[in-house]
Amino acid sequence: MAIRSFFVPFLLFALCFYSSLTPVLSLYEDQVGLMDWHQQYIGKVKQAVFSTQKTGRRRVIVSTEENVIASLDLRHGEIFWRHLLGSDDVIDGIDIGLGKYVITLSSGGSVLRSWNIPDGQMVWESFLQGPKHSKSLLLVPTNLKIEKDNVIVVFSNGRLHAVSCIDGEVLWNKDFEAESFEAQQVIQPPGSDLIYVIGFAASSQFEMYQINARNGELLKHERATFSSGFLREVSLVSSETVVALDSTGSILLTISFQNGEISFQQTPISNLVEDPSGPAAILPSSVPGIFAIKTNAFTIFIRVIGEGKLEVVEKTNHETTVSNALPISEGQQAFALVQHAGSEIHLAVKISHDWDGNLLKESIKMDQQRGLVHKVFINNYIRTDKSHGFRVLIVMEDHSLLLLQQGAIVWSREDGLASIIDVTASGLPVERDGVSVAKVEHNLFEWLKGHMLKLKGTLMLASPQDVAAIQSMRLKSSEKSKMTRDHNGFRKLLVVLTRAGKLFALHTGDGRIVWSHFLQSLHKSGTCQSPIGLNLYQWQVPHHHAMDENPSVLVISRCGPCSDAPAVLSFVDTYTGKELNSLSLVHGVVQVIPLPYTDSTEQRLHLLIDSDKHAHLYPTTSEALRIFKREFSNIYWYSVEDHNGIIKGHALKCKCTGEVADEFCFDTRDLWSVVFPSESEKIIATVTRKLNEVVHTQAKVVADQDVMYKYISRNLLFVATVAPKGSGEIGSVTPEESWLVAYLIDTVTGRILHRVTHHGAQGPVHAVFSENWVVYHYFNLRAHRYEMSVIEIYDQSRADNKDVWKLVLGKHNLTSPISLFSRPEVITKSQSYFFTHSVKAIAVTSTAKGITSKQLLIGTIGDQVLALDKRFLDPRRSVNPTQAEKEEGIIPLTDSLPIIPQSYVTHALRVEGLRGIVTVPAKLESTTLVFAHGVDLFFTQLAPSKTYDSLTEDFSYALLLLTIVALVAAIFVTWRLSERKELQDKWR
Amino acid sequence: MDTIKVVAAIILTIYLFPFLSFGFQSDELLVDDEEFGLEGAPQPRFPEPTSTRSAPVTTATRKRHSDLDSDSKIEFSLDHAFGDSDFSPAGTFSARIKTWSHGGQTLTKLRFSRNNFTSEEQKKFKNLLESDDFYRIRLPSNVLSPPGRDFIISSVKARCLPREGLDEHFVIHLEGVNVLAVNYGSPGSCSYPRNLKLPVKWSFSSYTVLKNSEQAPRAPIFTEEILGGENGGGEVVQPPERSFWAKYWMYLIPLGLIITNAITQAMNMPEEQATGQVPASAGMVQRGPSSAARRR
Repeated sequence: MAIRSFFVPFLLFALCFYSSLTPVLSLYEDQVGLMDWHQQYIGKVKQAVFSTQKTGRRRVIVSTEENVIASLDLRHGEIFWRHLLGSDDVIDGIDIGLGKYVITLSSGGSVLRSWNIPDGQMVWESFLQGPKHSKSLLLVPTNLKIEKDNVIVVFSNGRLHAVSCIDGEVLWNKDFEAESFEAQQVIQPPGSDLIYVIGFAASSQFEMYQINARNGELLKHERATFSSGFLREVSLVSSETVVALDSTGSILLTISFQNGEISFQQTPISNLVEDPSGPAAILPSSVPGIFAIKTNAFTIFIRVIGEGKLEVVEKTNHETTVSNALPISEGQQAFALVQHAGSEIHLAVKISHDWDGNLLKESIKMDQQRGLVHKVFINNYIRTDKSHGFRVLIVMEDHSLLLLQQGAIVWSREDGLASIIDVTASGLPVERDGVSVAKVEHNLFEWLKGHMLKLKGTLMLASPQDVAAIQSMRLKSSEKSKMTRDHNGFRKLLVVLTRAGKLFALHTGDGRIVWSHFLQSLHKSGTCQSPIGLNLYQWQVPHHHAMDENPSVLVISRCGPCSDAPAVLSFVDTYTGKELNSLSLVHGVVQVIPLPYTDSTEQRLHLLIDSDKHAHLYPTTSEALRIFKREFSNIYWYSVEDHNGIIKGHALKCKCTGEVADEFCFDTRDLWSVVFPSESEKIIATVTRKLNEVVHTQAKVVADQDVMYKYISRNLLFVATVAPKGSGEIGSVTPEESWLVAYLIDTVTGRILHRVTHHGAQGPVHAVFSENWVVYHYFNLRAHRYEMSVIEIYDQSRADNKDVWKLVLGKHNLTSPISLFSRPEVITKSQSYFFTHSVKAIAVTSTAKGITSKQLLIGTIGDQVLALDKRFLDPRRSVNPTQAEKEEGIIPLTDSLPIIPQSYVTHALRVEGLRGIVTVPAKLESTTLVFAHGVDLFFTQLAPSKTYDSLTEDFSYALLLLTIVALVAAIFVTWRLSERKELQDKWR
Repeated sequence: MDTIKVVAAIILTIYLFPFLSFGFQSDELLVDDEEFGLEGAPQPRFPEPTSTRSAPVTTATRKRHSDLDSDSKIEFSLDHAFGDSDFSPAGTFSARIKTWSHGGQTLTKLRFSRNNFTSEEQKKFKNLLESDDFYRIRLPSNVLSPPGRDFIISSVKARCLPREGLDEHFVIHLEGVNVLAVNYGSPGSCSYPRNLKLPVKWSFSSYTVLKNSEQAPRAPIFTEEILGGENGGGEVVQPPERSFWAKYWMYLIPLGLIITNAITQAMNMPEEQATGQVPASAGMVQRGPSSAARRR
């Protein structure tokens, strides 16, 4: 008994140890979902069509701005199926053909595809060519048939195609060769065999083509000129009437082309409304008899009565959105109208010829954080009492998608998360009274029960029910989704900025949205018509002992796409999501430099460079200015002008010499420049180290007890240039014409520390810079393969600090300050390897203290994330490493990098449309948090060198406890036994 | 060989110093082998960073090339600026352009003549030293049609330059006849904090290095090996072979314990038997003192 119980912990220890030695980085099947989460999104919906097939589940098919076609469950909003088309395959239109196929037109109207609705499989695909580039229009008539074949009419690339709905075969096509003809609408009046193509030629000519739908024969071609020209947008009010605006936006033109005769009716907008206030624009809609125009202040709904007579039916200054018309019964078409009123939205469903009567009128409380309604799609159903019911799908300003039915939000999807532009991580509050949000606090009994179950599992005594219970317990562990800081730093908030301008805080434990905030500065407003969110910076990170201060982030945005548009800074509390402050700047922002200084409230100093090369300091406090003045002469930065191939270095000069005195504004000067010859080099990639990266040690001990010193400088820039000819697609040039030059440039002095040419190589280049090495990925045209190269840079000026006596006597130069103005003594080592995949993004793991070995995280073309040990990219690898090198862990050189299937971080999942990989160190040194984003989001924890500093999550404490108890009992028993024996001996 | 060159250069400079003291001091160029080796050599080696002080070298190889290819002489000027002042001429680089038979052009035989500071410039430079400001230089980005697309600028804190005289070090990165970048600074280290030190002599000693791009080593290809015998498993990393003890110590220790345990038990068994048969034997003797003490 004693021996056995002694043995159990020992074996356990041995087992633990042994398992940690095996080089398995992968997960076991039952570990999926323990530390990782995956969320699927689709992006902002562009167009939605409802599948009204009687059989099967109700669904809506959507196309999005992320080039996704998806089928969503109408009851819950879940994705049935989803296809992500390539980034150059933009969807122009979708529709439903024959009730069971989704027809999509994409790639500027050159690819037409048909997808099976129930399972999303592609049925056919056809390529439509044409003589010139043009607007692409898709029309799926319901009852147009050519020899029992349902027809799809596509206008694209200056050609009209009729395509069979069954197999995608082009039945006929017709070219529109007129140079300047721009088609606006393709109309097929129901019940006829005619197709009208209307559009504009030159600037002032309206053209109408009447075409026989059966064979593509041109029946009639009419044109009419209107002297003051047109705005390009038209609104279709009936199958033979359109409404357009003249080029000044002040006269409405009703154009009717009945029986092939074109006639204009002019109506000045001022005749309809007293105060039109500026030029109007037509809102795209297709409601029969009614159209809408929008002026600066109002949205005006106008009805067309008979022969070009117009009548205003409603004039509103609320934000209004209209859906397309939906035929509900013979001759009746319904449409939905959504208006904002305070915190509510009013939904009205009307019949097209009866403006005043509402089929449905509902008000729904709407979260202010969602912004305005951008799009409305209407669908009807038959209620239980046989009357018409309506549901609408609305797309909000923050790109979320909501389904409204019976005055309530049935479901909502946060699809803004499909387009993340920047990510930063923030801690969580420390657990205190009132802060703890965890719902379930374990009591001792539950804790014991759980561990007993685990123990059963470990000893393989568990029944299938127990196994299921263990699994669900592990997945639901309330520990990981608590709202407080944990000891290991695994629980954090990921603060993400989306393209819509909304900030989300995601909990790393389960990926739920903790808060979301639509920035006031990113709302479209009168002063700022097209705001763009740019970047996210950590503004204030309180010391981890400061309990009462909340960290905050800085969001930088600007009004409009060009760099001199005025910028807006917003400060957001990361615990609550409240916008603390917002500053509208007078200057633009070209570059933001977070400085390595913080003031007494832990606010980080930021330098903003505007388009006139002035530097502006934030925060604008005297304390910040004082800190800044102290370091004034030590601040350098660089700028890359990649359009003309110049990299420049800058420093601060003096206060701004403008007419307005601004003590936080500084003039700058150029210190250095690198000019790449425009005929032979073009910048395609620049990479620097992450600002917050921690390097544990400068020394690197190599095989024969020798030391190499890493050249660790925060001011290194990796630049890759290619031959201008070779900057196109892979394979567009011969290897002789193509080369890639890699540079390491010191950004303080502009020194080129290393420069190497890869002949026959071509971009795109993806690179990652960490510590003293850079890894980059490119295509090798000679070998017809992708290649990855590594450059490591070592400092030679410290190389002679190897003598122990020198160190003891302090005669070393390890503590002397380094000036980059000294001539650098560096050596570089590099090596190249083949790599099978093309790459979408590369990142590197980062840990709290930088001790743990590094892994490269490679976003592959298959939208997965592959972890590759940095040891494979070590320039010291050789074909036959010596014994000493082998012991150091140098892997024998191979020509290509291994792709081990188990080392996919994303295991079986795909992060569709992968764009970026972000790594955040946890507090536990061995662990790093990885967040990959694209259309989907994926998060996991990684331990590149295994979790050497903690017990695994499924460590059985109960087993340990049991063992200790057993040991104590054994000691007790053996003690009693020996006592008794001794007594017996003595009595002898 | 290098040391001889360096010594030669030093001797040369020392010898030339009094000679040139009145006007400007012509200091050279340095012509690294790599500039010539690049064209043919598949794998140029690293430029030796310390060999920059070499004297002008004329080699037979160069002669041979110049016979084959046309050769022309060009000059381009170096401008300097003190702090934020405008640029003014500071010296002239002269070089030969070698046009290769395949059309490429390279710069060789670079010589540099530095104008000495005028008294006004000396004053400006002193001001720079006092305010710890930047001394800036610039070169055209194309030596054939200066200034090319733009000037190449480089700067250094003025306090880095003074030593005995004023020491400067140029590394000119070239791509054919285009100057990509120039790294300008002191030839040695520039310690921080920078102390104000005026030069003893107001004359420059300049060192110049031309650098062209290196070619990357090609990725190794081991086709034979892969075809040979590793049948795809070549990518799997073999863990280093460890000794028997390193591999199995975790089994050996418990095994040892078991054995010792068993041995002690086995030892006890005969002992017990022995004690049972012969009461006054070893066991008794062992406990001798204690029992004796008790009985006393």
